[in-house]
Amino acid sequence: MFMTNGQVAVRPMAPVLGCIRQRRRETHDTFTLAIELEGGRSFPFAPGQFNMLYVFGVGEVPISISGNPAEPGLVHHTTREVGIVTGAMRGLKPGDYLGVRGPFGSAWPVDEAEGRDVVIIAGGIGLAPLRPVLYHLMDHRERYNRVTILYGARTPEDILYSQQLGRWSARLDVEVFATVDRATRAWHGNVGVITTLIPRAPFDPKNALAMVCGPEIMMHFTVRELHRRGVTSDQIFVSMERNMQCAVGLCGHCQYGPHFVCKDGPVFRFDQIEKFFSVREF
Amino acid sequence: MTVQLITESLAELRFFKNMPREHLEMIASCASPVAFKKGDFLLHVGQQATHFFAVREGMVALEMEAANKITTLQTIGEGSIVGWSWLVPPYTWHYDARAVTPVSAIRFDARSVRGQCDSDPAFGYDVLKHFSHVIVERLMNTRIQLADMYH
Repeated sequence: MFMTNGQVAVRPMAPVLGCIRQRRRETHDTFTLAIELEGGRSFPFAPGQFNMLYVFGVGEVPISISGNPAEPGLVHHTTREVGIVTGAMRGLKPGDYLGVRGPFGSAWPVDEAEGRDVVIIAGGIGLAPLRPVLYHLMDHRERYNRVTILYGARTPEDILYSQQLGRWSARLDVEVFATVDRATRAWHGNVGVITTLIPRAPFDPKNALAMVCGPEIMMHFTVRELHRRGVTSDQIFVSMERNMQCAVGLCGHCQYGPHFVCKDGPVFRFDQIEKFFSVREF
Repeated sequence: MTVQLITESLAELRFFKNMPREHLEMIASCASPVAFKKGDFLLHVGQQATHFFAVREGMVALEMEAANKITTLQTIGEGSIVGWSWLVPPYTWHYDARAVTPVSAIRFDARSVRGQCDSDPAFGYDVLKHFSHVIVERLMNTRIQLADMYH
């Protein structure tokens, strides 16, 4: 039925029914839905993949999966209300239904990262597509060298998964650095753009693998700072966002140079897209 | 702390990376170690910029009061510099700087450093290059912040 990590979907355009079991408010404009698929079926996915969620009578949008890949029972999606469909989605309650197609797309390179320093860099809602990676890293911590999480948000109130970040920060084998663009004295953490965290983050640039997700402008400056630190483009992975509609590389809406973001991405090794990345309006 | 020990201490800080040893020794001759408790102010807006700091440990917040609210503009951590207004007339601070945590720092006498810059142009140019980097970086960061990129 579904496309999983390179498998070909039999009926990728046909949504299955999903019932919302939990709805959690994350920040003032973000929320997480936990969805149970029709018949309680299991939902295997790889970190970084996304689903197409259909709000009946309103429309369909691509949303990355933000849950734990080791717990495929409920499908978790964290999103921000930015348009008509996500606005309608925000109004859904436990017991309501929506359509689910997926999972689609490429995955974060969690296997390739084994034995290396892993640097997770997220901005704003960009932490959601990286959360499955973090679950995986925490569950298999012994496979990785240093793990560093760098997270940037607009204000302290906009920090996503703040309790989870706090728990990961309390671990002795993970370094978490958060920064916000604006704050009052009540905030005792870093203030400044996320790029300011990179020069002092504890990783060996020669042996590191960086996974970056956030607004494109944030990724642009982040990659530049990683380069300055000595991390090369083939050690950097980014998650791209474009107008994905069919999710299987047929409609062409998400074409990005020779790639379709829905099929070849959303996760790309940076050297694969580097020449398009800074081209205005590309 | 002797000039030699301060020189060694400076050499470990990110800001002074790539500064030749002789220049490190020159700037170290204008410096002394200092410590601040959490909540202490390193400098106040409007005051004469008679000194500046290199942070060895801890975090410093640059703050501004606007509309009866104190806003943190930026935090400065280990290896970075607090203060560049000592380089540019009229040599007054534009913001407050407050220790968010206990801070260990190196304090530099601004007038002495300016004097060394005037008497040794090679040293002066080196200092200016290092501080230009700080100024440009902070300008860039401010522009990125203004872009409000998370929305």
